[in-house]
Amino acid sequence: MATKILVAVKQVIALDEDFEIRADGKDVDADFFLRDLNEWDDFSLEEAVKIKEAGGEVEVVVVTVGPEEADESLRKCLAKGADRAVRIWDESMEGSDSQAIARVLAAAIKHEKPDLVFAGVQSSDHSFASTGIAVAGLLGWPHAAVVNQFDFSLGATQATIRRELEGGVLQMMNIDLPAVLSIQLGINTPRYASLRTIKQAAAKPIETLGLGDLSLNAAEVGEVGSASRVRRMYIPEKGRAQMIEGSLAEQAAKLAAIIKEFKGATV
Amino acid sequence: MSGILVIAEHRRGELRPVSLELIAAAESLKASSGGPVTVAIVGPSPDTFVAALKVTGVDEILTLAAGSGDFDPDTQAAAVSAAIAARSPSLVLIPHSVDAFGYAAVLAAQGGYGFATDVFKIESDSGAWVATRGGYGQKVNVELDFPGKAVVLLTVRAAVYKPAEGSSNPTVTALPVPNVSAHVRPGEYVEMSQADDVDMTAAEFIMSIGRGIGEEARVPQFRELADAMGATLGCSRPIADSGWLPKSRQVGQSGKTASACKLYIAMGISGAIQHLAGMKHVSTIVAVNADPGASIFSVAKYGIVGDIMEFGEELKTHF
Ligand SMILES: Cc1cc2nc3c(=O)[nH]c(=O)nc-3n(C[C@H](O)[C@H](O)[C@H](O)COP(=O)(O)OP(=O)(O)OC[C@H]3O[C@@H](n4cnc5c(N)ncnc54)[C@H](O)[C@@H]3O)c2cc1C
Repeated sequence: MATKILVAVKQVIALDEDFEIRADGKDVDADFFLRDLNEWDDFSLEEAVKIKEAGGEVEVVVVTVGPEEADESLRKCLAKGADRAVRIWDESMEGSDSQAIARVLAAAIKHEKPDLVFAGVQSSDHSFASTGIAVAGLLGWPHAAVVNQFDFSLGATQATIRRELEGGVLQMMNIDLPAVLSIQLGINTPRYASLRTIKQAAAKPIETLGLGDLSLNAAEVGEVGSASRVRRMYIPEKGRAQMIEGSLAEQAAKLAAIIKEFKGATV
Repeated sequence: MSGILVIAEHRRGELRPVSLELIAAAESLKASSGGPVTVAIVGPSPDTFVAALKVTGVDEILTLAAGSGDFDPDTQAAAVSAAIAARSPSLVLIPHSVDAFGYAAVLAAQGGYGFATDVFKIESDSGAWVATRGGYGQKVNVELDFPGKAVVLLTVRAAVYKPAEGSSNPTVTALPVPNVSAHVRPGEYVEMSQADDVDMTAAEFIMSIGRGIGEEARVPQFRELADAMGATLGCSRPIADSGWLPKSRQVGQSGKTASACKLYIAMGISGAIQHLAGMKHVSTIVAVNADPGASIFSVAKYGIVGDIMEFGEELKTHF
């Protein structure tokens, strides 16, 4: 039987320059959103695709929770080697925090029955660093966070992983499978999609699932199904940075003077 | 539900300093919580940490004897669950650490608790907990509340609260931990390899480059600039992960701390919290970034908005 690896991915939001907070004060105005695949997910997808390319029967399925615009990120994953892409959405999922998203992903995992689940350590926009591990909690699966090496052979019931800790220290661990792993930057070198695979991906279907397909109800997702609620979003005070203005030459001269003064003071 | 439970953390036999920071946070919120501050410590011989945890503000220390001495997420989650069940706190504080990444979300999911991570400010608004964290790559602050949640679990950013000091005379209680079958078996520790002889922790003047340099071919130009200025060349994580500079030059949470640094120039670095962890203490930080909204400017003393390629060339003419 084929080994199925499910990779949970997210389309993240970066903010355009001079962004503004929405009138209700609870989010940034969506006009300033720039969307892309989460940086960490590039690495978790690559890790799954590497396993597939090492031989044997492996299927890589990417799953995201998000509205239609997330298809663009799923296509990117298809172009980088995913076999199938699934997008789960229902209007009631709007406003979901990482715990509510995890509930949807856990339901998707029951539906897909994968042998391994990868998620990114965190997303570059809200950096909760918790979705993948919350999924494991809901499923009761073994789990490990911040994994930067994964040694595994198809069909094995255990794998060796390496966890990245603080301060340049790593730790080897042995984990039971199936498991959910949160994958860290640098575990591999993610590939670029080629023109050919991008074209192929454009022609592939994206499967869509809703609440009913996963036997979820609206009260389990969205703001009501979340573990937190946004009260207010605001732009923080810019701190103490004194901006060095002027022409390029003037700015460089000012910084050079700061550096020379510093060096004069320390020698 | 009242009182605050703090989960202390240790690694390789040492109490992690962030534990004392969280105790200080709990002590500052004690009046609002209407209950005691309890500190829980999990390990095969938790008693060894008790003396170090008897700091100002602590009312009770729970020792939970379990595990092998090295973190495993299943034992830790079971023990913390037992502590929550035994003391019914309204607020649970856990360090926002790599260990916590491995179990805090499990507790929240299984317990149905209010939950937020990487929190740097905690308040009480008419009896309800309010937590503040960053959003959109730290460009905004997000204030969260937890309607309908009797227990709120927060992972708290390190180096925000000053560590608790002084002494206290708390009750020490040993709490049993239910047997769990751990699915993860911790093994040996490995130090990141040192491909380079540079010691970032000793450098007084560092210029670091980030993803803003765009391509590897530009690294030599910045190396020359650093040499000309007498600066040690450092970098943010993507530069080291791509192999453009050795890992030993990476500044930040999973890299080096610029401990001796007095002047730090960040070129094309956005200011992610994990990078700041290695350099935000430096007295003079200069940030050069094309994005005027980059969060690095919130820790910098001097900021320059512009292109680092052009700026680097211009700066070079002075040395
Ligand atoms: C557990 C964990 C540990 C981590 N440990 C570390 C760590 O130790 N160290 C670390 O650095 N990161 C670490 N990270 C990663 C961190 O979250 C960020 O991803 C990383 O710091 C981003 O690096 P950067 O600022 O160079 O890149 P980006 O965030 O991509 O920022 C690039 C910046 O360059 C600017 N820019 C682009 N082009 C130009 C130009 N031509 N001129 C001027 N400016 C330009 C952009 O405006 C942007 O601000 C860790 C993450 C996790 C989850």
